[in-house]
Amino acid sequence: MRRVILIAVPYLWLLALFLIPFAVVFKISLSDIALAIPPYTPTAKDGLWTMLSGLDFENFVFLTEDDLYWKAYLSSLQIAFFSTFLTLCVGYPMAYAMARAPEQWRATLLMLVILPFWTSFLIRVYAWVGILSGEGFLNQFLLWIGVISAPLTILNTNTAVYIGIVYTYLPFMILPIYSALDRLDGSLIEAAEDLGCSRLKAFWLVTIPLSKNGIIAGCFLVFIPALGEFVIPSLLGGSGTLMIGKVLFEEFFSNRDWPVASAVAVILLLILIIPIVLFQRNEQRQAEAGK
Amino acid sequence: MTRLSPFNVVSLTFGFVFLYLPMLILVIYSFNASKLVTVWAGFSTKWYGELLSNDAFLDAAWVTLRVAVISSTFATVLGTMAAYVLVRGGRFYGRTLFSGMIYAPLVMPEVITGLSLLLLFIGIGMDRGVLTIVLAHTTFSMCFVSVVVSSRLMTFDQSLEEAALDLGASPFEAFRLITLPIIAPAVISGWLLAFTLSLDDLVIASFTSGPSATTLPMKIWSSVRLGVSPEINALSTILIGLVTIGVIAASIASKQSALRAKRDEQAAARAQ
Amino acid sequence: MAETVFAPWDDPDEKPLIRFRNVTKRFGDFTAIDDLTLDIFAQEFFALLGPSGCGKTTMMRMLAGFEHPTSGSIELAGSDIASVPPNKRAVNMMFQSYALFPHLSVWDNIAFGLRRESSDKDAIAKRVEEMLKLTRLEKFARRKPHQISGGQRQRVALARSLAKAPKLLLLDEPLGALDAKLREATQFELMDIQEKTGTTFVIVTHDQEEAMTVASRIAVMDEGRIMQVATPDRIYEAPESVYVADFIGDVNIIEGQVKAASDGLFQLSFADGQPPVLAASETPFYDGQNAHLAVRPEKVSIHTEQPDASDNLLQGKVLDIAYLGNLSTYHVELPGGQVIKAQTANTRRLSRRSITWEDPVWISWTKTAGVLLDR
Repeated sequence: MRRVILIAVPYLWLLALFLIPFAVVFKISLSDIALAIPPYTPTAKDGLWTMLSGLDFENFVFLTEDDLYWKAYLSSLQIAFFSTFLTLCVGYPMAYAMARAPEQWRATLLMLVILPFWTSFLIRVYAWVGILSGEGFLNQFLLWIGVISAPLTILNTNTAVYIGIVYTYLPFMILPIYSALDRLDGSLIEAAEDLGCSRLKAFWLVTIPLSKNGIIAGCFLVFIPALGEFVIPSLLGGSGTLMIGKVLFEEFFSNRDWPVASAVAVILLLILIIPIVLFQRNEQRQAEAGK
Repeated sequence: MTRLSPFNVVSLTFGFVFLYLPMLILVIYSFNASKLVTVWAGFSTKWYGELLSNDAFLDAAWVTLRVAVISSTFATVLGTMAAYVLVRGGRFYGRTLFSGMIYAPLVMPEVITGLSLLLLFIGIGMDRGVLTIVLAHTTFSMCFVSVVVSSRLMTFDQSLEEAALDLGASPFEAFRLITLPIIAPAVISGWLLAFTLSLDDLVIASFTSGPSATTLPMKIWSSVRLGVSPEINALSTILIGLVTIGVIAASIASKQSALRAKRDEQAAARAQ
Repeated sequence: MAETVFAPWDDPDEKPLIRFRNVTKRFGDFTAIDDLTLDIFAQEFFALLGPSGCGKTTMMRMLAGFEHPTSGSIELAGSDIASVPPNKRAVNMMFQSYALFPHLSVWDNIAFGLRRESSDKDAIAKRVEEMLKLTRLEKFARRKPHQISGGQRQRVALARSLAKAPKLLLLDEPLGALDAKLREATQFELMDIQEKTGTTFVIVTHDQEEAMTVASRIAVMDEGRIMQVATPDRIYEAPESVYVADFIGDVNIIEGQVKAASDGLFQLSFADGQPPVLAASETPFYDGQNAHLAVRPEKVSIHTEQPDASDNLLQGKVLDIAYLGNLSTYHVELPGGQVIKAQTANTRRLSRRSITWEDPVWISWTKTAGVLLDR
């Protein structure tokens, strides 16, 4: 009896507040917009048949017709992809250097990487507004050292979005790579060098393959949330920055078009399923290998 | 391993400057006397004074704190239960669905979680306010708690529970007297994680709150949309300061307890 | 009047404390316990001995209540305990890992079980002190488990499981985590405590020496079945099967065909060109039956010159010598290629090694030295 309660409480909670809401989103994505509040029809109160007969794929068709949406999906994928790559380029050398650092420093370095994670995400993104703006610190600095003669426009461009994503998600990239490199046995590199590899070759043939799982995990941990990101493109990106999280938010709050917003969410979810499944498979394989 | 090469030193330096410089600038300029945030006009704490006399911010902070404390507490209870079910529950009908519902919110974009909960609350005609934010935050942070707690439970020696049963404890007593005290550090860090997530959340709160409840991130958001403001810098500095103190205190505490355990073990080795 | 020997298993009127009746336990397709019937008597020190995966731990966990038989019944003091949950059984267990509660002191660990059934603080304190004294842990009462040594932890686990004065104490590889020296000392301590408390002990072990040292009876198990239940000396000297003979100690197994020689004597032909060996057996064999002769190496003598007539005398040459300090084992190869092990005690220090590799030697043993087995 106790066991039933133990299982039922969290189960029902998640059913009611996680799964059912998705069903609602899915249903609304198949409904038509109406000017009444709530701005969609039909509801269960109108009877089952009216409800079912009112459902259609109109909103999804609309998404394919208006190029705003598929451009937003494509540009989200592109931004997420490139910023993941950039994060890897910044994160890998850091993780590598941390794993090679003297033993007594490592705990401190690790804490320095984790600390920003506990700090407000919003504040960390906001910090860049003052740096990247026209009269911001970066431009002031560059003008001062004389690299440029007129301020660069960085804020409200995709470049600012890239910087924001790399900055906020860097710890997610560093931690799994560091933990893979930390486990790596130093004598393997020595063995490779003993067998005639150059340093660079040993790195390429031994270190990179053995940290592969960390790289994959880190990339997914950056790519998946970056794809649905809302705060970074809204704050740092410009009107030309199309990201699907931002489109969804605006569709909902500015246009009050709930059915289309729901359809956007459903498609985003479908796009996300692939990397999520791949990520979990990678994690599972790693867990099995670790046994 | 070996000594750091110059390349390693450069990448670490660059990386940490990149991570910390923006926040450092933010902190420094929160003490700027000028309204113009990028021009230094002398040291002043006037923005802190203005912040503390701004009722809107104080109200929002109070709402956020209430939401965070209540939701992280619920999330810890539910998340610990869920972790226990996942690790020890054995087989039951719908187990795969259950573990899917635990892991999915971890990677779910906030816009989707927020949208779906809002549509649910509207569908059942629930007034939006503090309660709906608490429900939403509890739901997504309980999943984080359950991941933290279940990873601890997985390494928990089950024979300790069996020993308690063997010595006459009921299953509930075994949990309360043995399992819970031992996994307490994981439960506490789960609570802290849930608390931070709730404090930090903008998107889900924006969707699920109503006119009666504005959280601090929502308040910050609406003012930073208009550009950099020294008041927000001051607020950020306070938040960064609190987190830094908290994390450093926690890490010192855990380091000391690790040291103590090491000393004890050495004493035991000598006692043999 | 002769001193009474503790042997309740030979007394048909004695009621067993534990009775396994046709117990089978399956985990999915895997049969851990296969139709097992066994009686264990009060005040016994009973050892379940077998390789890992033989089902001995499953039997113990069924007694403690953590597993339930798929079929058959288990009785404790005459009543079926299938429906009794572990926390209601008058059975306590000492876990292999000791399972000491890391957040409780030694004192609180020992008191844990007592507090579950009584709230009389003085009685609990008295009992805990008693247990601390029994296990010589008085000085460590306030320490946490990680602040004491492995041997002390083992004693805390024992004290904790004995505190409730259970009818039956289960010990799962209780000495597995101790080093060899400490293990030996602890074995005698365990026997001492068992005698003092009069509790029935059931010990699970894969260490045959440990089982031989502590147990009043041993059950040798293999693949969920009991191969033999007997006193340690019977298990060693009169194994009922090749498996038991081979599992306990070192043994020479000679396989061949039996021919009756005279009353209770049989000839075993084991190789062409070798004379048959002679063995006494109370169990009858028919002529031509396949049989195995099990002879312990220490019962085989080795000689450099042909000795006077013996029941069994074979010639061979030394293939290998294992010098173990107190003993030396010689591997002697017979002309047909069979290898027989002979063991001698090194009673004299620095004795002249009269036998070395490739030496021609004679080996001999008496007709009662070995056991003739049909399986």
